[in-house]
Amino acid sequence: MRSATNTKRNLVTAALVAPAAAWLAVFLVLPFMAMLVFAFGERAPEGGYQAAFTFTQFANLPTRAAAFWNTLLLAPAGALLCLLIAYPVAYYLAVKADPRYRLILVSLVVVPFWTSLLVRTYAWMYILGSRGIPNLLSMIGIEDVRMLNTPGAVLLGIVYGYLPLMIMPIYVSLEKLDRRLLEASADLGGKPVSTFFGVTLPLSLPGVMTGVALVTILLLGEYLIPQLLGGGKVFFLGNALVDLFLQSRNWPFGSAIAVTLVAVVVVVLMVAMRVAWKVAGTRQVDLV
Amino acid sequence: MTVEATAKNREPFQERPQGTDVTSASTNDIEFRSVAKRYGSVTAVSDINLAVPKGAFVALLGPSGCGKTTCLRMIGGFEQPSEGTVHIGGQPMNGVPAYRRPVNMVFQQYALFPHLDVEQNVAYGLRQMRPRIPSAEITRRAREALDMVRLGGFGKRRIHEMSGGQQQRVALARAIVNKPKVLLLDEPLAALDKKLRTAMQIELQSLQRELGITFVLVTHDQEEALSMSDFVCVMSTGRIVQMGPPQEIYDRPASLFVADFVGKTNRIAATIEPGAGAVRLANGVGLAKPARANGTTGSVTVALRPEAISLVRNGSATLSGTVTHRIFLGSSVEYSVDVEGLGDFLVTADRRSLDERDLAEPGERIGLSFDPNALHVFPA
Repeated sequence: MRSATNTKRNLVTAALVAPAAAWLAVFLVLPFMAMLVFAFGERAPEGGYQAAFTFTQFANLPTRAAAFWNTLLLAPAGALLCLLIAYPVAYYLAVKADPRYRLILVSLVVVPFWTSLLVRTYAWMYILGSRGIPNLLSMIGIEDVRMLNTPGAVLLGIVYGYLPLMIMPIYVSLEKLDRRLLEASADLGGKPVSTFFGVTLPLSLPGVMTGVALVTILLLGEYLIPQLLGGGKVFFLGNALVDLFLQSRNWPFGSAIAVTLVAVVVVVLMVAMRVAWKVAGTRQVDLV
Repeated sequence: MTVEATAKNREPFQERPQGTDVTSASTNDIEFRSVAKRYGSVTAVSDINLAVPKGAFVALLGPSGCGKTTCLRMIGGFEQPSEGTVHIGGQPMNGVPAYRRPVNMVFQQYALFPHLDVEQNVAYGLRQMRPRIPSAEITRRAREALDMVRLGGFGKRRIHEMSGGQQQRVALARAIVNKPKVLLLDEPLAALDKKLRTAMQIELQSLQRELGITFVLVTHDQEEALSMSDFVCVMSTGRIVQMGPPQEIYDRPASLFVADFVGKTNRIAATIEPGAGAVRLANGVGLAKPARANGTTGSVTVALRPEAISLVRNGSATLSGTVTHRIFLGSSVEYSVDVEGLGDFLVTADRRSLDERDLAEPGERIGLSFDPNALHVFPA
């Protein structure tokens, strides 16, 4: 009886999971395997892959050190900058905003997604480019300000493009926050600042961790923003990969970079999850 | 209330007329002076005048939406009165935020911090104090408070590892550890099962005596209010309708609402002729007018407690009817008796013996006997 229902339940579970599992197997696991194999191979003379077993590609990684540094520095920095700007916004939306307008305000956060990121980033190219703000500045006598193709421009583009992705998880965790806990803190003599650092912030950490992990991971593979706002000067690994795969057709070296990047992402994810779980473990209770 | 009443300070509850200058405020821990609270066009409470002396155990009792929680939240500082002032320890509290008030609250559902362990929860208030208290002292006092609520040794547990009753006591320890002037309790026992509730009622009462601080309890449970507090303040639709010691509230309800809400009651339609010494029930039966009825005449509603009625099988009964339902409660039995012309009567009978023949059977004709002085007469 019991095992029969269990079998049935397992079948249902399997049926529900199968499509996604098949999709991931074909389009993620298999390509990744291929990538692993490529990474230890050699570039064929006419470009592409040629079977071999060598560590040359990994030994060559330092030649792309700039891309690694840019990515590993600007991705977390961008995520952190997003966090600093997103938290007050999320806090306002979840705690301070008039509940009647909350839904409208929250949807406004998502509105930028209605237009393609490409178009919006292109707009920034013009705003920061020589005919944009620098042009306006020269009118009032401030000459030769370079904005485009700087790390600052890339960071600005990152914050602009990824802010909603940071606001949302933080908003959700703050919105779930039991208001009575804030009252309890005030009741126990906690001034607004200590209530924030003693109750609000720790209980919204799962949202913060989710946001930071999400944005950082996406940024590690970012291509568009450094391409448009960094020009050839501030480039990420994503840009290096495009060059290697499409221009110089050096698949093995591209694969080695990609594999290394995935390894980094996995480590980042594991650390973030561990921290999030540690906090989330105690969050379950206030849902009861 | 007159000067005389203010002078004899034994009277624990004093309803204050508007505008009275109260110089004896320091003997009262909490005072409401003509307090009203409005949310937009909705009036939550109005005309609240209340003085709670130091060390009293007061219950604000009323159905949901009567404004009792609003009153409690105004003491706690989570709401500000729209009109009038709330005083704590003689100080007007208008505009004083919750974190500067010498009161602590046991929240409904406790509102314990899920990210802190039991001891950290209890220590939370002590950590907020300025000048800072040394860490060792905080730990010592937190443990002391936990011992007081019989949770010694549970300090390192997470909140979600504690049962409902234990969480309730953590909330209690978290509040009393700060030695507040006033402890506010918002439906503190509502989430507990009946046995635990009774145990906690006794615990709260003895804790209050031990600490000697003023307790203000908000509850919709009349049994809780009557059993724990020294004074009950019955509220309805944003107003105080009666205040007094529990037995006075129960035995001499000021209105039909109080009679109905505090305890069970039978309502009987009746008339009193002017000058007549009798109450004529709707079915024509005449009864001696109870002494308390005063000058009420015309159409009246008479209230009669179920336990004031005894069922009799001989002919000396005041009324007679047919038993329709019997609810066996163990130590007592509740009957529903249909009396012709008056409708259903609820009768509670204590069991006097183990003899089953003492129990009336549904369908049985039975007499209802009661002392006419047990009747409460209210204008219909």
